[in-house]
Amino acid sequence: MDKTQNNKAWFLVLPVLLLVAFSAVLPLMTVVNYAFNDTFGQNEFFWEGLGWFEDMVSSERLHDALGRQILFSGIILAIQVPLGIFIALNMPKKGFWSSLVLILMALPLLIPFNVVGTIWQIFGRVDIGLLGHTLAAMGVDYNYTNDALDAWITLVVMDVWHWTSLVALLCYAGLQSIPQAYYQAAKIDQATRWSIFRYIELPKMKGVLLIAVLLRFMDSFMIYTEPFVLTGGGPGNSTTFLSIDLAKMATGQFDLGPAAAFSLMYFCVILLISWVFYTVMTNLDREENR
Amino acid sequence: MQSRSSAVVMTIYLLFLLIPIYWLINMSLKTNTEITSTFSLWPQTFTLQNYVTILTDPSWYMGYVNSLIYVTLNVVISLTVALPAAYAFSRYNFMGDKHLFFWLLTNRMAPPAVFALPFFQLYSSVGLFDTHIAIALAHCLFNVPLAVWILEGFMRGVPKEIDETAYIDGYSFPKFFVKIFMPLIASGIGVAAFFCFMFSWVELLLSRTLATVNAKSIAATMTRTVSASGMDWGVLAAAGVLTIVPGALVIYFVRNYIAKGFALGRV
Amino acid sequence: MSRITLSNLAHSYLANPKGDDDFALKEMDHVWDDGGAYALLGASGCGKTTLLNIISGLVRPSQGRVLFGDRDVTDAATTERNIAQVFQFPVVYDTMTVRENLAFPLRNRGMDAGYIAKRVNQIAQMIGMEDILSKKARGLTADAKQKISLGRGMVREDVNAILFDEPLTVIDPHMKWELRTQLKSLHREFGHTMIYVTHDQTEALTFADKVVVMHEGRVVQMGTPEELFETPAHTFVGYFIGSPGMNLLDAEISGSEARLQGVSVELGAVYGPTSGRTQIGIRPEYVTVSDEGLPVTVKRVEDVGRHRIVRAELGGQPLNAILPEGMAVPGDNARVAFAPAKINVYANDWRVAPSDIGRGA
Repeated sequence: MDKTQNNKAWFLVLPVLLLVAFSAVLPLMTVVNYAFNDTFGQNEFFWEGLGWFEDMVSSERLHDALGRQILFSGIILAIQVPLGIFIALNMPKKGFWSSLVLILMALPLLIPFNVVGTIWQIFGRVDIGLLGHTLAAMGVDYNYTNDALDAWITLVVMDVWHWTSLVALLCYAGLQSIPQAYYQAAKIDQATRWSIFRYIELPKMKGVLLIAVLLRFMDSFMIYTEPFVLTGGGPGNSTTFLSIDLAKMATGQFDLGPAAAFSLMYFCVILLISWVFYTVMTNLDREENR
Repeated sequence: MQSRSSAVVMTIYLLFLLIPIYWLINMSLKTNTEITSTFSLWPQTFTLQNYVTILTDPSWYMGYVNSLIYVTLNVVISLTVALPAAYAFSRYNFMGDKHLFFWLLTNRMAPPAVFALPFFQLYSSVGLFDTHIAIALAHCLFNVPLAVWILEGFMRGVPKEIDETAYIDGYSFPKFFVKIFMPLIASGIGVAAFFCFMFSWVELLLSRTLATVNAKSIAATMTRTVSASGMDWGVLAAAGVLTIVPGALVIYFVRNYIAKGFALGRV
Repeated sequence: MSRITLSNLAHSYLANPKGDDDFALKEMDHVWDDGGAYALLGASGCGKTTLLNIISGLVRPSQGRVLFGDRDVTDAATTERNIAQVFQFPVVYDTMTVRENLAFPLRNRGMDAGYIAKRVNQIAQMIGMEDILSKKARGLTADAKQKISLGRGMVREDVNAILFDEPLTVIDPHMKWELRTQLKSLHREFGHTMIYVTHDQTEALTFADKVVVMHEGRVVQMGTPEELFETPAHTFVGYFIGSPGMNLLDAEISGSEARLQGVSVELGAVYGPTSGRTQIGIRPEYVTVSDEGLPVTVKRVEDVGRHRIVRAELGGQPLNAILPEGMAVPGDNARVAFAPAKINVYANDWRVAPSDIGRGA
C-alpha cells in the first residue's frame, strides 16, 4: 500500500513511545549503569569500566551456559520446525474436527510456563509420574533429577510438547490461505505429493515459517521458567541455560555488576540475530510485493 | 486419500499433548496418600479436597484474582496504546518510522531475565512495587510491540479509501477511528488481545520478581508448595489445573479466529 | 480429444435430495462433440461451475454417467481424465520461472526433454511470452499470470478437453479481447474440445460455436449464437442474451394472431392452443417506433452511442425498442410495430413451436 508522508503520525506513536521508554529504556539505563560500575549499596558507584565485561567474556561458566543454550535452541528448532510443518499438513482442513483439533492444540500454549514445568516434573517422576513409572516398568533407567542426559531429553520433550503447536498453527494458517484451485490445478497437472509441498505449500508457508523460526529461536534462547521448575538447572549445571544463570547471578547472589554486563551482551546477541531475521523478512516482503 | 494416515498422525500428536494434562487432572483428584503410596491410572479414592483447599484459602485463590487483574490491565493498556501506533505505522511514512518499528520489535526479543532486576529497582523507587499495575506495565514490555505488530498487519489489509471516504463524510479522526475503523479490524483486535492475554498469563519471572504479597500471581504462589509434610502434590496439581481453565475458556471464545489469528494478519 | 456424453446426469450437494429444489443440477442428457468450442453461460449460482467440476472430476455426480468417447469416467479421478483446466484466478507456481511453469504438466508425465523444450517454446510464442521465459512467475502482473495459466492448459497436445472457469475475470478489458481472440485461434489451430464457463454473454457468444445456457440448474438451451438470438427456447434466454433483453408481453394467442390488451398483433406463424401463462417475445431490435401500431408511453431514451434505447410501457408492461441512429426521438405518446416473423410465443416460460399450417384453429 502506498503510504503518505506525514510527520504528525508521531503523535499517534507517542503513547507507545512513552510507555516503552518507561518499561524498557529506564531499566536498560540501570543495567548499563551497573555494567560499568561497582556498588556496595546505598547508591554509591565506583567506575569499573570494562572490567565486568572482561570477567564475563573470559568466564568459563558463561561459556558453558552459552554452549548449552545454543545446543538447546538448535535441537529445539531442528525438531519443532519439521514436526510443526508435518502436523500442519495433517490437520483437518474444515468442519467440527478442525475446530476441535485447533482448540486442543492451542491448549499447551496457554498454560503458564511454570505449570508446564510442574506438569512434566510430575509426569516424569519415577514414583508418581506416568512417564517415569512406565519407563521404569519397562526397565529403562530413567531419572531426570540425577542423570544429565535424562534431564536434557525431558526438557526437549517438554519444549516440543509446549511449543510445536505454535509452529504447526502458524503453518496451518499459511496453508489455509492457499486457494483450493491450486490443489485442483496440481491434480490436473499430475503433480506428485512432494511437488505440491515444494511448489505450492512451502512457498505459501515461507512468511509464517520465518516468523515461527524467529519466535521459537528467541523464546528457546531466553527459556527460563520451565527448566527452572523442572530441573532447577541441574543435575549439577547440566541444564543451566543463560537466563537461569543470569537470574542466579542477579537475584540469587546479587552480583549486580557481572550480571548487568552479562545481560547487555546477552541482549546484544539476541538483537543481532533479530536484526538479521528482520532484514531477511522485510526483504522477502518487498520481493513478494514487487 | 490421505485422510486415514492424517487421522493417525493427529491422534498420536493429540494424545502426546493431552496425556500429560490428563495426568495432572488425574492427580488433582487424588488424595496425597494415594499419590505417594499407589500408582493408578485414575483416582481410586476420588476427592475434590484439593480444589476445596485452593478455593477456600485466600493465599491460594487470591493468586488467581491477582493474576486476572494484572492480565486484564495489561491487555487494556497494551491495546489502548498499540491501536493508534499501529494505525500510524500502517498508514503513514514518518521520520524514523522503520527504525522505531524495529526498535519496538527488539523489546519483544529482550530476555525478561535481563529486565527483572532493573524493574525491581525502578518500581521500588517510584512506589509501584507489589502492585498490579507494576506487573501490567512490565508485561507491556513484550506485549505492546507484539500488539503493534499484529494490529499493523490487520490494518494494512483495510483499504485506505475507507479512511478517505470517512473524512469526506465529515468524520473527525477519533470518531472515524472508533466508529468505523475499529469494527473493521475487530478480529485483529481480538487476536491481539488473545496474544497479550496469553503471554501475560503464562509469564512467571517478572510477575514473581515484582510482587511479594498484594499482587502475587498464581504462578508465583505455585512455586512454594512445600509444606512441613513434604510436597503437597495434590494441591499443586489442582492449582495447575485451575491455571489451565482461563486459557481454555479464552481459546473456546476465539476458536473461530484461531486459524486466522495465527496468521497474525500477515498471510 | 473426445466426445463428451452426459447421460442422465444430475447432482445434489445434499445426501438425500427430496424435491427438485434440492438439486444443484437437474437431470440432463447431452452429447458434446469432439473438437467443439462450447460456452456454459448463466448467472452465478445456476449450476455451471458444478457441471464443470463434474466434467473435470472434482465432483462426483449423484446420478447419471459421464463418458469421454466411449469410456465411462464417472468414477475416474481428475488425474485419469486427462483434461486441462484454467481457473478464474491465475494459478501459477510462484517460485518457478515461466518456462518451468509451462513445462510442469509435461515433466510430471515424464515427457522427453527435447519435446518439452520445443513444445514450451511453441506455447510461449502463442501467448507472447517468449521474452520472459526465464523470469520468475512471482513478479508478473495478473494478466501475465493468467496467460501462463492458459499456456499451461494448452501445453499438452493429447488432452480430452480444456476447461475454462471464467478465466478472464481478473483481466483488464482490453486484454480480455486479445486473450479471447487468442483462445479462438488456438482452438482453430489445435481442435481441442473446449468448455468455457462464463456469465458474460459477449464472451460466450464470441468464443463458442455452441452456447449452453443454464438457468436454475437446468440447461435451458444449447445452440449457436444465432439460434439463441432469434429463437430463444426459454424466456430466460431471451432475457439474458441481448442488451437489453427480449421484451415479454402477456398475450392471448389464437391462430396467427395475438391479442394484447384488446389490440390484435399479427404473428408470423400459426399456433395451436396454449395453456398456462402465455407471452409473446420480441427483441427490441425488431420493434420499430412509428406512427402506426400499438400505443406506448415513452419513459426515457438512453443514448448508448451507436444507437438509442427507448424505454417505454405498453399497458403497464415494460417494452424496449432500439432506435437506429438518425431516427427522430419519439414524443411521449408514440406507437410501435413488431416484425411478425420475429415474434416468439411462450407458454409457462418455454417456447411454443408454431403448428403446421392448417392444424391451427
